[in-house]
Amino acid sequence: MEYHFDVPVSNEDIRKLNVGDIIYVSGKIFTARDEAHHMMLEKDNISFDPSEMALFHCGPLMKKENGKWKVVSAGPTTSSRMEIFEDKFIEKYGINVIIGKGGMGERTEKALQKYGGVYTAYTGGAGALAADRVDEVLGVYWLAELGMPEAVWIFKAKEFGPLVVAMDSHGKSIYRDIK
Amino acid sequence: MENESIEDGIVALIKKAETELPSDVVNALKKAHKVEQGIAKTQIETILKNIDLAKKSGRPMCQDTGIQTFFVSIGIDFPYIDKIKEWIVNGVKKATKEVPLRPNTVDPFLGKNHGDNTGEQIPYINWDINDGTDVKIISFPKGGGSENMSKLGMLKPGVGIEGVKDFVVDEMIKAGGNPCPPTVVGVGIGGGADLSLKLGKKALLRPVGVRHNDKTIAAIEKELIERINKSGIGPMGLGGKTTVLDVHIEKAHRHPASLPVGIVVQCWADRRAEMIIHSDGTWEVK
Repeated sequence: MEYHFDVPVSNEDIRKLNVGDIIYVSGKIFTARDEAHHMMLEKDNISFDPSEMALFHCGPLMKKENGKWKVVSAGPTTSSRMEIFEDKFIEKYGINVIIGKGGMGERTEKALQKYGGVYTAYTGGAGALAADRVDEVLGVYWLAELGMPEAVWIFKAKEFGPLVVAMDSHGKSIYRDIK
Repeated sequence: MENESIEDGIVALIKKAETELPSDVVNALKKAHKVEQGIAKTQIETILKNIDLAKKSGRPMCQDTGIQTFFVSIGIDFPYIDKIKEWIVNGVKKATKEVPLRPNTVDPFLGKNHGDNTGEQIPYINWDINDGTDVKIISFPKGGGSENMSKLGMLKPGVGIEGVKDFVVDEMIKAGGNPCPPTVVGVGIGGGADLSLKLGKKALLRPVGVRHNDKTIAAIEKELIERINKSGIGPMGLGGKTTVLDVHIEKAHRHPASLPVGIVVQCWADRRAEMIIHSDGTWEVK
């Protein structure tokens, strides 16, 4: 099945999704890699609300033009690096759509089941195409401390995809079935 | 001879590598698109669309523009050998702003990003000396996701070539979708620990679809391609027939007690471009 959702996606819609479905999302997406996960788990007050966004494992290539940030290339990074943080991250920030590549492990799988979420795969390396689906850069956090790839970038995306539902909220994972 | 012109040449070389995939790789991906179905087909389709858009818009195909890596072959009679490193380093700094490239050089102790893709030992330059008056520079930007799946096996010589094959197949199955398959796998066999990995990386410079000129090695390459593709990992690890586009092997003689096997993985974005600098300072990028 193919679905087109606005972010945030309702719990009801999340529970409809099964491994193998294709989704496209529109709305707010924030990027976070290892360092940002670590930092956000330690902080108590952050000035944006991750629960109304999709989480994107991505270290984008950005460019500042006339004082405004633009996305040059922004494909997914390897998600397995975030496995050690993700269950706590989902619980703390109410994330229900994760976009990445390569798949995640058992801890994330259980959290997706418990809190209602999906892990979706975007084609790795397809950075130019992904950048084309970002309409606007809404903000950036911790750029000075973390540098361009590790900082948290907030994008406004349109029809971001195709995203393959690779781990669903029913305990299924496409990666386990293949291995 | 103007330094600035040659540095601009290095920028053009890097831009070509980052934005245009060599035709041998594109053709292999198009072939994969024909044999795949379902999710696997959509993955290859997205890759092909992305390659097309990157080329047309002049933007890096992947946000991970890699660690800037170069293979330089110096003609011994080239008159400005002492300048080559400076040209490359300055070219990398310029390319970071102009292409642009993602700043990808982080101090391992301080965690600080150097901001311009240079740093200690980086750009990583491999030197080779040959006869002649020209310099050939291959740009080979190497992404982190695929590099993370590299493996060194110090195997026991008793396991023989069968043991080498099993090691490569097992490691590529373990890597799953992490290195952005379909990948190109470089395997260096023999030498020592460092040389086997270096040969593995150098093996990736050979175009996709070209077999080793030694028939025995060529047959092993073919067998490895088949065995890894039979795993069903497929494009991006989401299932399918194409897990590798190619496997390239290079060898060196080994110590009687050692059988080193260096595996270096390259994602589908097997980025390569070439530049020739002539003795009068003129250059071309292809």
